[in-house]
Amino acid sequence: MAALTSGGAPRLAPRLTDYWVTVLKRTWRGSVITSFLMPFLYLTAMGVGLGSFVDDRAGAQALGGVTYLAFIAPGLLATTAMQTGVFESTYPVMGGFKWHRSYFAMAASPLTPADIVAAQLAFTAFRTAITCGVFLGVIAGFGALSSWWGGLLAIVVAVLLGLAYAAPITGLASRMKNESGFSLIFRLGLLPMFLFSGAFFPITQLPIVAQWLAYLTPIWHGVELSRMLTLGQLDWWPALGHLAYLAAWVVAGWLYAVKGFERRLAQ
Amino acid sequence: MRSHQTARNLPPVGGTGEAMVVAHGLRKSYGEFEAVKGVDVEVRKGEAFGFLGPNGAGKSSTMRMIAAVSPVTAGSLQILGMDPATAGSAIRARLGVCPQEDTLDNELSVFENLVVYGRYFGMSRAAATSQADELLAFVQLTEKAKSKVEDLSGGMKRRLTIARSLINTPDLLLLDEPTTGLDPQARHQLWDRLFRLKQQGVTLVLTTHYMDEAEQLCDRLVVMDKGVIVAQGSPAQLIAAHSTREVTELRFGVGDNDLVADKVSDLADRVEVLPDRVLLYTDDGEAAAVAVHERGLRPLSSLVRRATLEDVFLRLTGRTLVD
Repeated sequence: MAALTSGGAPRLAPRLTDYWVTVLKRTWRGSVITSFLMPFLYLTAMGVGLGSFVDDRAGAQALGGVTYLAFIAPGLLATTAMQTGVFESTYPVMGGFKWHRSYFAMAASPLTPADIVAAQLAFTAFRTAITCGVFLGVIAGFGALSSWWGGLLAIVVAVLLGLAYAAPITGLASRMKNESGFSLIFRLGLLPMFLFSGAFFPITQLPIVAQWLAYLTPIWHGVELSRMLTLGQLDWWPALGHLAYLAAWVVAGWLYAVKGFERRLAQ
Repeated sequence: MRSHQTARNLPPVGGTGEAMVVAHGLRKSYGEFEAVKGVDVEVRKGEAFGFLGPNGAGKSSTMRMIAAVSPVTAGSLQILGMDPATAGSAIRARLGVCPQEDTLDNELSVFENLVVYGRYFGMSRAAATSQADELLAFVQLTEKAKSKVEDLSGGMKRRLTIARSLINTPDLLLLDEPTTGLDPQARHQLWDRLFRLKQQGVTLVLTTHYMDEAEQLCDRLVVMDKGVIVAQGSPAQLIAAHSTREVTELRFGVGDNDLVADKVSDLADRVEVLPDRVLLYTDDGEAAAVAVHERGLRPLSSLVRRATLEDVFLRLTGRTLVD
């Protein structure tokens, strides 16, 4: 691929800041209420409501002595990061190619596909950080956060997890001709990962095959890491393993996305 | 006709300024399909250069290679003295591109569209803002500065797209079918703006399938058909080379046109029979019309006109519809 690739590094990506700030300006109002309301509702219904059943019975032991609220709070945080990452890289990316075509406008300027992908992902990272930051505030309000540094690191992990989804799905979206494939991603990908990622119950409760499938998904690693951080029970070697696995998804997804943008924009 | 007068004085290769675009044996394939099959062009500084051709002739593919977004399949291409394969970003920094389909951001205001775009070129916010003010005045959209793009008419959107393509004060402006879909008022207004740019010394490269547009704007043009160049020169040169000076249009009524053709074939350099009329291509249209009458033929109507690029175009690329 020639014309659009001039140096692989996204040197000029900061030039897209003003564009994304205007996007943020027109969309933040809608997201600010949901990003507060969702964790509040989930933690009340599941953490407090459902939790009162779990904690009274054998559940407390199976969860290693923590309350159900404290168990699922980091799980919900991680699934929120995943959902933000997936959402920001499906319809918005397709729109950039197909509906408002803003990527083509960018590609006519000195910006390269790598610049465009980098700015897109940086915006997703920012969105994830804000959404998950609010989420952590609510978790802290419920008294389910053991330390402030654990909370800060959990936001970093949430961003990494969001990108582990956003990068490859951005690549996928750049290769799709229409949006019908997205419902497949949501129903067959996102929903099972939401339910069986270890957010709501330890995956050791699953059949062994399902457990191995869960190990392959970035979300399980994200849930494990967030849980260590919000509970303050850091286990160094497994934690590094989870981080490396998530980082690998980000890097592979980045390469896949840049390639996809190069092809689509050169058409 | 301005273009006719200036064009006559030009040498066949155009101006003598710095070469802005040089292509040799340029090709573009999409899988099995070959859209551009070996094109040679040279555009010089200050020229207005046109790619003319029916749909599917390969104009847009050529333009996208010149815009340094679409990789060259084979042949050589130099834009502003640089190779798009290695210096794409540096080339695009000095280009203005007005694409066929608008890529404006509908949810941003007219003004924001310009400023945000200026930032892509590394302009400071202050520089982009003052340039945006000037350009809005230039395309007569100052009053619309705060409007959302989605509220603009088609013609206004086109003018905004042109303003946006000028935000970086480009050395070379590429316009892909700039007036397609516009009403006559909007087209003339746009031509007026483009003509002013040309006077300011901006090099224009445009594609069009409107002959009047090519005659209005282009010093020199190439006619493309099925991926190759079939003719080139100034509008006047093309008419001289591929058509007669005048055309006499005779209407005899449906069905009769065929029968008449034989009787007048010797009165013109070339006779073309269409379902609704007979065209006599000749250097003296009036004389041909008189001669027709002298033979006792009485057309329902006759019209003598100057040959246009459209005659050249149809001669070279045929009357068959291209999908």
